[in-house]
Amino acid sequence: MSWAGPDDIFLSTSLATYLDKKLLVLLRDGRKLLGLLRSFDQFANVVLEGACERVIVGNLYCDIPLGLYVIRGENVVLIGELDLEKEELPSHMTAVSTAEIKRAQKAEREATDLKGSMRKRMEFLDFD
Amino acid sequence: MKSNSPPPRTVSSFHFRRIYKQTQKTHPPFLGRAIEIMLFFSYFKDLVGREVTVELKNDLAIRGTLHSVDQYLNIKLENTRVVDQDKYPHMLSVRNCFIRGSVVRYVQLPPDGVDIELLHDATRREARGG
Repeated sequence: MSWAGPDDIFLSTSLATYLDKKLLVLLRDGRKLLGLLRSFDQFANVVLEGACERVIVGNLYCDIPLGLYVIRGENVVLIGELDLEKEELPSHMTAVSTAEIKRAQKAEREATDLKGSMRKRMEFLDFD
Repeated sequence: MKSNSPPPRTVSSFHFRRIYKQTQKTHPPFLGRAIEIMLFFSYFKDLVGREVTVELKNDLAIRGTLHSVDQYLNIKLENTRVVDQDKYPHMLSVRNCFIRGSVVRYVQLPPDGVDIELLHDATRREARGG
């Protein structure tokens, strides 16, 4: 990330234009964090204030508050600026409590694990 | 050995060559990075303002206007929209984004945005050490 001078701040890839804005940060492990960008550096290490993790399972979602976060740059996939005028999520999605979303996550994980193990068991049959 | 005559140069190729030379002066290669990286950096700088689709290693594909690129090939896109929006509902209201260079798998370019001969030329020159 280049350090922009005052004149080319709008042309460079600096995260300075995102300071104090509400951002969506996608991490390598698939997590989605939202928060205000307070600080950054050349490695894309980021400080998010008021961070919350948005967990989405099917049509359910939940924002789990996390507080002040420092994210190591190597884990960052994407940093997106949220347009405050637009809806952050499609309207068919419903907000649920933390406990419920954790249950839904567990169910989804178990379903994919089951699918994976079933596939392994079928592999020896050598279907085309 | 008979050398081939250089291919005819278009307007955009002059622009690219100027940016390439500029980049070599302002961004000297730093520890551990090959000078060849500068070639793609200059190439992307020439593509600023064009519509591209960036496919990430996590299979997310984002279409947008290339706003800027840096020496790490981090990309900033404007007017973004996700290719498979229903699969990624959290990206609905994201219009501008910064993509870390290390997570990019492909950058899909408009077919008329690539001057193959020019890139080929520049790569040959790089390989020769010029």
